[in-house]
Amino acid sequence: MQRSVYLDHAATTPVHPEVLAAMLPYFTRNFGNPSSVHAFGRESRIAVDKARATIANAINADAREIVFTSGGTEADNMAIQGVAIAMADKGKHIITSSVEHHAVLDTCEYLAKQGWEVTFLPVDEFGRISLADLEAAIRPDTVLISLIHGNNEVGTMQPVAEVGELARKKGIVFHVDAVQTVGTIPVDVKALKVDLLSFSAHKFYGPKGIGALYIRKGTRIKPLVHGGGQERKYRPGTENHAAIVGMARALEFALENMSDNVDRVTALRDRLIKGLLEIPEVRLNGHPTDRLPGNVNVGIRYVEGESLILSLDMKGVAVSSGSACTSGALDPSHVLLAMGMSHEIAHGSLRLTLGIDTTDEDIDYVLSIMPAIVDRLRKMSPLYNEK
Amino acid sequence: MSVYNEKVMEHFENPRNVGKLENADGVGEVGNATCGDIMRIYIKVDDEERISDIRFQTFGCGAAVATSSIVTEIAKGMRLDDAVALNNKDVADSLGGLPPIKLHCSNLAADALHAAIEDYRSRKGESQ
Repeated sequence: MQRSVYLDHAATTPVHPEVLAAMLPYFTRNFGNPSSVHAFGRESRIAVDKARATIANAINADAREIVFTSGGTEADNMAIQGVAIAMADKGKHIITSSVEHHAVLDTCEYLAKQGWEVTFLPVDEFGRISLADLEAAIRPDTVLISLIHGNNEVGTMQPVAEVGELARKKGIVFHVDAVQTVGTIPVDVKALKVDLLSFSAHKFYGPKGIGALYIRKGTRIKPLVHGGGQERKYRPGTENHAAIVGMARALEFALENMSDNVDRVTALRDRLIKGLLEIPEVRLNGHPTDRLPGNVNVGIRYVEGESLILSLDMKGVAVSSGSACTSGALDPSHVLLAMGMSHEIAHGSLRLTLGIDTTDEDIDYVLSIMPAIVDRLRKMSPLYNEK
Repeated sequence: MSVYNEKVMEHFENPRNVGKLENADGVGEVGNATCGDIMRIYIKVDDEERISDIRFQTFGCGAAVATSSIVTEIAKGMRLDDAVALNNKDVADSLGGLPPIKLHCSNLAADALHAAIEDYRSRKGESQ
């Protein structure tokens, strides 16, 4: 049988069997609405409260500072739109970067059409913003800074703690999109001095459809959804309590084994990078060391990303690309273009993201099939023949 | 296994007539690196104005490779006048269809063939 290797953990991860087991009773036996007064409801309320405390503790927050959402995208939307609306009387200027996830980027672009002003900070060749650029962009009417923690495409880490220090000093609300970091590396909202932090369960072996927004006590923010009194009116609607329980269990697991997993995955990542760079005219995208433990992103010259994905898929390897063809857009990844890459190189980018289930054999297999795949596509390419 | 049908994947996996044709009578290229697709087609034309040999080189996605491959298969042996009448839709149809998003960006193989025929005709015009 053909080997199957999943290297797209930045897209999503499988639910840990014990997480699923923890969730199952809440679909059938303990199905009560947490808002109900009777025993069924009370049981669910206890489960939600316990999960909330576990999750808050994992990021060094207070349970009252956690609002559950449908995932990272909703948390990002709530943070940015909620603060923008709440702070509109003070100012309508927002600062973010040009390498954000679309959940942040598109929300900021939406607000820009609604009368807000948005500064999209440039990045260096590794995808990092500079503190000097940020400081220069701050104005008296700046009300929000939103920055991604670890980049979902190229893995580069942003100087979030330094930005938090600056934002706190200037009295500007600071939101961090930590969807790729929470559950993967230690995240401490107090140490990072963030006011809002988005994260999502399915990136750390929890279920899809559940995420959370950390809202530091005292932060001015308006809800986007109106209804009942759930989530202290910040996000009404009957709680998805089974998913909330699963998210908490997944985060417990992540924390228990975090430092071992980071070391092991980082070692596999570096071996994969080293092996890929042995193929001629392959370059690493993103920062060489200050990057997410599981992220590998390479530019493979003269070939196009979707062709690489299809070729690897035929061999049982699941990866992704910043090529336009894979996103339904005409332009390749905005992250790679913001890093100064040409369209041609950006079209030939390949993202391989490792997880805690990735093995040495997986890496060996990918490295054993990659040279022939690249060679076949290059032989087909008019760009390669011209060089 | 993918957004493409089996025939598209078969052409992607085993593309026909790949490579460069030395001493081609006509060469046509369409697309650019910015949009992510470049197709180049080389043709040899015989005395009866038929495409006696044809090759392609493509930088692009699965649809770009498969359409390039099948257009070379269709056009081989065809009279130039008939080959000129082929359009991009014919090419996509002969593959059993392409995902809608690909019909606009990566379905340029007939255009590349036409460019090669044009190149042949302009060279011939100059030599007469």
